[in-house]
Amino acid sequence: MENFFDLVPLVVFLPLAGLLINLFAGKQLGETGVSIVAVGASAAAFLVAVLLWIAQVDTGYQAAVIDAPLLGDWISIPSAGVNIPWQFRVDTLSVTMMLVVTGVGSLIHFYAVGYMHGDERFPRFFVYMNLFLVFMLLLVTGNNFLMMFVGWEGVGLCSYLLIGFWFDKPGGEGWKNSDAARKAFIVNRIGDFGLILGMLITFWTFGTLDYYLPDEKPLVAHTETADVEAHQAGQAAGSAGLMGVFNQAETWLEEGDHQVEFGLFSLSFEATLTVITLLFLLGAAGKSAQIPLFVWLPDAMAGPTPVSAFIHAATMVTAGVYMMVRSNVFYHASDVSSFVVTLVGASTAIVAGFIAVGQWDIKRVLAYSTVSQLGFMVAAVGVGAYAAAMFHLVTHAFFKALLFLASGSVIHGMEHGHHHLEHDGEHVHDETFDPQDMRFMGGLRRKMPLTYWTYLSGTLALAGIIPFAGFWSKDEILADALKLGVDEGRLDGYLGFAILLIAAVFTAFYMWRQVSMIFLGGPRHNAADHAEESGTVMIAPLVVLAFFSLVAGMINIPGGFPVLDSLFGEHKFTGWLEHSVTYAHAGQFEGLLATSAVVLALAAIFAARAVYNNRALKDLSHDPLELDERTSGMFALANAKLYWDEFYFKFIIYPFQRAARWLAEQLDWHFWHDFVHENVIYRHFQRVTDFLTQPVDRGIIDRAFIRLAEWTQALAARVRVIQTGYVRTYALSVLLGALLVMVIILFPVIRELLGI
Amino acid sequence: MFEVPGLGDLNVAATLPVTSLVLGTCILLIVDLFVPTDRKHITAWLAALGIGVLLVLALLALGEITEFGDGEEAFSGMFVADAFTDMINVIALITALLGVMVAYNYLERTGIQRGEYYVLLLFATAGVMFMGAAGDLVVVFVALELLSIPLYILSGFRRPQEASEESALKYFLLGAFASGFLVYGIALIYGATGTTNLHDIWQAAGDIVAGHKSGRFLLLGGAGLALVGLGFKVAAVPFHMWTPDVYQGAPTPVVAYMSVAAKAGGFAAMARVLASGLSNFALDPGEAAVWQDTVWLLAILTMLLGNVVAIVQTDLKRLLAYSSIAHAGYILIAVAAAGTAAVADEAVQSVAIYLMAYALTNVGAFAVIVAVERDDATNTGLDSMRGLANARPWLAAAMALFMFSLTGIPLTAGFVGKWFVFKAALAADLIPAAVVGVVTSLVSAFYYLRIVWLMYFEESEVEVSTPWPLAWAIGVASVGTLLLGMLPYILTDMVREITLAFGG
Repeated sequence: MENFFDLVPLVVFLPLAGLLINLFAGKQLGETGVSIVAVGASAAAFLVAVLLWIAQVDTGYQAAVIDAPLLGDWISIPSAGVNIPWQFRVDTLSVTMMLVVTGVGSLIHFYAVGYMHGDERFPRFFVYMNLFLVFMLLLVTGNNFLMMFVGWEGVGLCSYLLIGFWFDKPGGEGWKNSDAARKAFIVNRIGDFGLILGMLITFWTFGTLDYYLPDEKPLVAHTETADVEAHQAGQAAGSAGLMGVFNQAETWLEEGDHQVEFGLFSLSFEATLTVITLLFLLGAAGKSAQIPLFVWLPDAMAGPTPVSAFIHAATMVTAGVYMMVRSNVFYHASDVSSFVVTLVGASTAIVAGFIAVGQWDIKRVLAYSTVSQLGFMVAAVGVGAYAAAMFHLVTHAFFKALLFLASGSVIHGMEHGHHHLEHDGEHVHDETFDPQDMRFMGGLRRKMPLTYWTYLSGTLALAGIIPFAGFWSKDEILADALKLGVDEGRLDGYLGFAILLIAAVFTAFYMWRQVSMIFLGGPRHNAADHAEESGTVMIAPLVVLAFFSLVAGMINIPGGFPVLDSLFGEHKFTGWLEHSVTYAHAGQFEGLLATSAVVLALAAIFAARAVYNNRALKDLSHDPLELDERTSGMFALANAKLYWDEFYFKFIIYPFQRAARWLAEQLDWHFWHDFVHENVIYRHFQRVTDFLTQPVDRGIIDRAFIRLAEWTQALAARVRVIQTGYVRTYALSVLLGALLVMVIILFPVIRELLGI
Repeated sequence: MFEVPGLGDLNVAATLPVTSLVLGTCILLIVDLFVPTDRKHITAWLAALGIGVLLVLALLALGEITEFGDGEEAFSGMFVADAFTDMINVIALITALLGVMVAYNYLERTGIQRGEYYVLLLFATAGVMFMGAAGDLVVVFVALELLSIPLYILSGFRRPQEASEESALKYFLLGAFASGFLVYGIALIYGATGTTNLHDIWQAAGDIVAGHKSGRFLLLGGAGLALVGLGFKVAAVPFHMWTPDVYQGAPTPVVAYMSVAAKAGGFAAMARVLASGLSNFALDPGEAAVWQDTVWLLAILTMLLGNVVAIVQTDLKRLLAYSSIAHAGYILIAVAAAGTAAVADEAVQSVAIYLMAYALTNVGAFAVIVAVERDDATNTGLDSMRGLANARPWLAAAMALFMFSLTGIPLTAGFVGKWFVFKAALAADLIPAAVVGVVTSLVSAFYYLRIVWLMYFEESEVEVSTPWPLAWAIGVASVGTLLLGMLPYILTDMVREITLAFGG
């Protein structure tokens, strides 16, 4: 079964093959052909991931490092001791990510076939999608930070390309789309700056970027397994200097007192790790849309809905969480970073949850919800619940993808209804109509029953209602946070728990608000009245995902949960992750906490239903919260997204622009160009060149050359005269030449004879 | 007492490329009798085909992919088949192939399409190849004649045009005169050493230097006279005077071929005789060979005169004639360097490199002249280049490339050749020759770049004909010039195995 591990390059190369085929033959293949190739490539990659999973189980969760074909050593500078091989890593963590990415990816590829039907750039869309798969899988399968970074940048590129996919939509829509794409790219760049800086410090500190070298076992420094650790630390000491970053970190932490030299100053190893992890957090904040860099994700919904579901909900945005979980050894070692991470994650969760309440756009609500849920995951990393973070990542991938795809189905239905109206000519073209605005919807439950039921399943999962998947993962995060607070008296534990619990209440509220607006009540627009259920291609993935949203939680039933723990086994997923995530630990089921969380969520749902009752849903030109004096201020704030973008504009972007303008006009143009270049350099240079040209160059050098040329010409003309054209002259010349040669060659002998 | 070696001992297979060329040419001569006058292109095609096949064989041998025969000696040491032979074969065959391509349409439009042209060209090529393979002075002489006589005839091929006939006669008379010197030299060498075999001469010269044997004067005289004879062939000053007249009068495709073939043959023979047979002939043991000083003095004279007189030429063919004299000077430096035992291999290799680079560049340059020349053999003046860039940008670009290569500007084959030659000269401590070489290269830029100037910065009506064989010849030559210039290791790999010095 170990041989199966050698398949791992295929997981990248299959989508690569798919994209190349579609890139060069997409036009010829037609929609059907392109779909088969793209979906086939994705599904084949999923198959490989499943094989790797089976192989993992079969080999007792052995991590394996596989050399990739073609690239070999990749970056290798022997003289500088730099060696960054191109290697894939197969362990439980990377296989988890592969399964999620390719599994959800395949479903969304399939869905997109229906959603993108008829688009003039159909092949290009799937080229981008497969390209995204390539980079995302590179990101999760690499065995070093640099490979991850290649994938990291690649998915950023694909994200940019896909957000701006409809850059040419008429009526200013295209501009909005491409603006959103640029915003995503630029904001991510800030995060990437942090990540690459962190990587550079990592490389400086460890001399390598490999997670673990091939054949190297993670050192387990759990306190509860102290003897194992002592044993393995002894082993590692034998081969000191030949370790991946994580084992090296463990060893140095064990030894204590390790200093990292930075030339001018040195830092203790712990402090270095804090710097690295904070920089990594900045990277994660960019990619995983955390405060302060989350502003790009809501705008990214300008892309086609399958893209929102795939890239901006299920996979790419979780890269930051994956990266931090991958670096759990670092984060575990730094309390400061853990605290900051918890704070960032928890505040993102609640801020985004709050904003979501005030949105009208169906996809925007989901976007803020995604930001909020990513906050949950990041906070989970902060409180040390790495397994819970990954668990939530997996379940969230299912139900958030489901919600986005279902929303796509809704939008599709609305557009269909709108077209229907136009076709019948019942309505003059309605400029204000927006198929994504929930105010135009209503009562779709009856028009689109399958979409409704699947949407409901996703909603309940997201709200954390037992037994849906979201309940189990969210509950584990909350329990772990509380446990950290209670057991170790850590402030971040309490703080994280409290904030996340409130965020969870918000989650349930805004989701039920959304369900009510879309599906309940009666239609508020004729388009909604004429909406139709989407086709099978789009509905089938919804059903599959709805099923998983219901049952995915069963992979990690907490210990001590009645009935289910014996049925599905206790925290299976955590046990699986423990083989690659050193500090993964299983959460304990807290009956009281779980009950109260569910009760709070249910209360929020009922509250939402009470506010958005059938009467209120009849006319939604104003939100009920807006009409109520007590909440109108809060709603306005949420609706305006807390003025977050405006804040950035006012305090960062405009000052930056002013500074840039000042620098351009005053410093660059007036001082540098007008004064330094024009006056100082140019004038003086001119004076010098004038001098060099007239007396020196023309006077001395030129004249010398002209004289030389004249002499040469005169000489040549003389010599030419000899060329008479008479054979006798030439023969004479040969004869004289022969004499000359004889004299020269015999000269030493003649000299010898004459005794000179 | 006198043993006749059996056919099996002759190692005939080792001579395969050249013997099959000679045989094939004889057959072609007969076949040509049956080719109607108006369909002589058949002869041209057959010739080109034969050359092509042999070129493949020669390249295979050079690349050491196949070996013909066993061992390096054939015909009892009269024929040597080593890396140098292979290299000269390749140069000769490439030149011949380009020569046929350049000639084909020219002969047609000037009404001298006769089958003998190709036969003679092939015989001359065989002469070059025999010179490169000579293991005996007799072979050197016969090969020289085999090369020269077809060239005399080819020069007069455009009869009854006077200029062509005149050049043929001049070439023949002077060539015969020079051959006399060579024969006399061979005789003196035989007198001194009692043999004409180069390996035996080498041994005998070693004895003479060591003082075991008399005959030093005779050998010195023989070396000097042989140098005169071969110097005439390569157009070294002061035996160069035939060159401009012959080049100007002979049909241009002939000049294109002859300028390279005669030079390649002459230098191949010079390398065999001087750098191999007489390599150890010094006044005192351990010193540089006795002919070294003479050769580099000739080299300096040749470079100076060739380059300086070229400046005042107004006819392209004459200009390139002086240019070819100048280039003979550069190669002579390398030959002189071969007189120092320690750098002998490097020097001979640089000779081969220079010849290869020169072959491609010079045939290409003459091919461009063929393109602009009118049917009545006029319009070969410098003016014919005026405004070429506007009318025929690719042709002008190729010509510019050839001019750059002849000047020795980097990224062209010519630069690579000069580089290795000067490097060998410095290694052999021939500083004056190297300095004159560099300075005259600079001078040469004047007249080469003037052609580029005329093409690109002057305006004129031009009338050019480039039928496809000619266009292909120019294309191949320019691609080769550029390729060898940009990837010099192709050349150095080709010559890596060359060594002429006898062991021990």
